[in-house]
Amino acid sequence: MELQTLTYIVVGMTFALYLGIAFWARAGSTKEFYVAGGGVHPVLNGMATGADWMSAASFIGMAGLIAFYGYGGSVFLMGWTGGYVLLALLLAPYLRKFGKFTVPEFIGDRFYSKTARIVAVICLIVASVTYVIGQMKGIGVAFSRFLEVQYEVGLLVGMTIVFFYSVMGGMKGITYTQIAQYVVLIFAYTIPAVFISLNLTGNPIPQLGLGSTLIGSETFLLDRLDQIVTELGWAEYSTQTRLSTTNMVAYTLSLMIGTAGLPHVIIRFFTVPKVKDARTSAGWALVFIAILYTTAPAVAAMARLNLINTMQPPAAEENLAYAERPDWFKNWETTGLLKFEDKNGDGRIQYEADKSKNELVKVDRDIMVLANPEIAKLPNWVIALVAAGGLAAALSTAAGLLLAIASAISHDLLKGVLKPDITEKQELRASRIAMAGAIVFAGYLGFNPPDFAAGTVALAFGLAASSIFPALMMGIFSKKMNREGAIAGMIAGLSVTLFYVFQHKGIMFIASTSFLGDLPNNWFLGIEPNAFGAVGALVNFTVALAVYRMYGEAPKDVQDMVEHIRIPAGAGQASDH
Amino acid sequence: MSKNNAYWSANVSLMIKLLVVWFVVSFGCGILLVDVLNNIQIGGYKLGFWFAQQGAIYTFVVLIFVYAKKMAALDIEHGVDE
Repeated sequence: MELQTLTYIVVGMTFALYLGIAFWARAGSTKEFYVAGGGVHPVLNGMATGADWMSAASFIGMAGLIAFYGYGGSVFLMGWTGGYVLLALLLAPYLRKFGKFTVPEFIGDRFYSKTARIVAVICLIVASVTYVIGQMKGIGVAFSRFLEVQYEVGLLVGMTIVFFYSVMGGMKGITYTQIAQYVVLIFAYTIPAVFISLNLTGNPIPQLGLGSTLIGSETFLLDRLDQIVTELGWAEYSTQTRLSTTNMVAYTLSLMIGTAGLPHVIIRFFTVPKVKDARTSAGWALVFIAILYTTAPAVAAMARLNLINTMQPPAAEENLAYAERPDWFKNWETTGLLKFEDKNGDGRIQYEADKSKNELVKVDRDIMVLANPEIAKLPNWVIALVAAGGLAAALSTAAGLLLAIASAISHDLLKGVLKPDITEKQELRASRIAMAGAIVFAGYLGFNPPDFAAGTVALAFGLAASSIFPALMMGIFSKKMNREGAIAGMIAGLSVTLFYVFQHKGIMFIASTSFLGDLPNNWFLGIEPNAFGAVGALVNFTVALAVYRMYGEAPKDVQDMVEHIRIPAGAGQASDH
Repeated sequence: MSKNNAYWSANVSLMIKLLVVWFVVSFGCGILLVDVLNNIQIGGYKLGFWFAQQGAIYTFVVLIFVYAKKMAALDIEHGVDE
């Protein structure tokens, strides 16, 4: 069957499935809307968390970045999984015990202050909206390829679908849909990886294939890759660092604590029945995530190898002729994300590190995973499945994030602070309007994303790392931390990170407004903006401790509350009061 | 309250032990010691590279389940389970 038709059928079927589930499990009450009624089994919750977590950045973006960063791309692998250890050990059980709906609610109660709650809402919105921009980039790439249109048109179509889909369901619908989306995305990711690993190394398990020898030779796959990339002038794949060791440490740490500070992930742990379940649920989430994350490095290395081998067939004397370029090449040219320029006029594709000779002038990193099965000449149904998987990943995360944004605005800002007497119905309506606003805003910025999908998402993690994580941690591990310290810390951490990011990436990521320019020699200690959350978090802790000393310790009843959330007994269900 | 204090300090000391492992496998083996470990080869993998792209992730999974299991036992031991 024609690839395009097949893709329509597979994507159409999966969408019908999600919409069916969303309709079946639609939310009737605010409690179901925000925390799915609090009765989701830990393994299922882990699976839903996995889908919620693994976004377009993980599915579409990450392996593409690793393919070009090589060893340096490890920051994403360790950063986006290691955060779960922090989440399970430092936050999830206590926030579950606390038993409310949202992260700002915890911060507001723990720091006995409406101001603290509002500051937390602002931090949450800044981080989540940045994250949604990253998703929009991924959604735009996936839809533009799938519909064979320009990136911008694909983005518009995607925005519309996200809108209808997330506004309808609420957390209950989202949780059950996400379980289905996890299944789709994990098959979509691993099946092509198994095929490609088999083709290249004869080993069906990609995690082992990456460490195996190539078929018909004694050379290890990674050694071969190191050899050809260095011959073409790039850095050695398995040892190239991301800028510097300091930067890699900061980047990894930033992603880890950002993971533990991102509200849409944290609220997942409000949906399990018991404190004990919050711990195991984090473990299950990581199991489901690790399946994709340990496959990704294999996908990355194999995609890079296949891409180079396509442009420079090892057996042939000459490079690939542009006129004989494969279909996938033409399709991606349509989207504007892959560009060829015949610099030396020989009609053949030169692909190498030297900018003056390289003729693949644009290879958007975000197309690698989607193009990978086509480059490897896999059957059409596998390619169609990957398109469905990429869309599942982007949709599930966008929905989770939009829910976090909506609940912060309607539940924390409107009901909690501005108009405490609104009805449940009005609150639900407000949150749906907030979702719509967030989609339009993030979509608009998605037309000019600050970085590739995974890079944009990394910025969001930095913002969460520098603002929310330290406040939560101090709220649980220090009984005496007062509101003044927490508020000052959050403001300082968020401002310093935003300031650093904006001065290099432009105000609201509009590049022309960057006042220092995105230049590595302006970077503090050589740390790139994407990795700056670690420094921001440090600033947050330091400022909080300094300000804490100027005021008295938290009141007795707050200290008792902290004592209370530290032990699992007497948790009950997540509730409004 | 002293019962709860004993529970909390047992919890914190378990946490610290596990976080040390967390740090060693990722920041230690995956980044800071990567060059040294890369001298050791396991199959086609350089060891440091393996830790950064595979080993650290497997260890993280184990750490969370160890924590969940030990904490469940601690909850019961100190009589604070649900």
